[in-house]
Amino acid sequence: MVKINGEELNIAGKSIAEYLEATNYDPKRIAVERNGDIVPKAQYEDTVLCDGDTVEVVSFVGGG
Amino acid sequence: MFPTKEQWYRALCERHGEDLQEKFTSATVAICGLGGLGSNIAVALARAGVGRLVLIDFDKVDITNLHRQQYKAEQIGRYKTEALAENLKEISPYTEIVLHTVKLTEENTVDLLEDSDIICEAFDNAQCKAQLVNTVLEKMPHKYIVAASGMAGLFSANTIKTRKVTNKFYLCGDEISDVRDGLGLVSSRVMLCASHQAHMVLRILANEFEV
Repeated sequence: MVKINGEELNIAGKSIAEYLEATNYDPKRIAVERNGDIVPKAQYEDTVLCDGDTVEVVSFVGGG
Repeated sequence: MFPTKEQWYRALCERHGEDLQEKFTSATVAICGLGGLGSNIAVALARAGVGRLVLIDFDKVDITNLHRQQYKAEQIGRYKTEALAENLKEISPYTEIVLHTVKLTEENTVDLLEDSDIICEAFDNAQCKAQLVNTVLEKMPHKYIVAASGMAGLFSANTIKTRKVTNKFYLCGDEISDVRDGLGLVSSRVMLCASHQAHMVLRILANEFEV
């Protein structure tokens, strides 16, 4: 199981890019953290989620 | 009589204690975007005696900025960098101020932010926010970045929070209220979020890394 934003999901083996494609996140408005480190945007396709991973997708909203 | 630099420093030490003031005074903090967040962050940090502020914005002061940003009516049409530097000098005359009147891009980010200890993301556009946070954390992993997301509207003040996302990345705001949803920006709530950011910067400088 992979924990994403607090939710346990059965998606080990998928890449971060594959996970994001199935969601409504706007890829231009997010940062992705995996096990305490930021995942570089260029590595979303090659970063495969493993059992026990903890991931957080931070999605920015406008205003400042 | 106008206070000397030494008198100014002593007065700050009296309020913050000498150890803490030395940490603030020796620090360089970059503020990216000088709108409702950035201009208020800058005022808080200048008052606290942060030694050097790097101010980055390409835009000019507009009449629609004045309800929440630290500018004056007579400064409409001026570059925000120059107008804010002027206002900060009146508030805190011995703060060293570096201005970059440019648009921050993926290409110039590292050059412009290299000599800063902590970086504040204070843009209004969500894509620009995400781009800066990703660029700093990818290319300058030793830097701290304090970002903001969600401070629009007249919702409760108590929903604005500071959260530690990674060891180097802090996020302030309610993370929900988006100007895209037609919400306006209200000075008090934007200032709350700016204060969260400024406060986290001072805590990091004091080696207090929890929120």
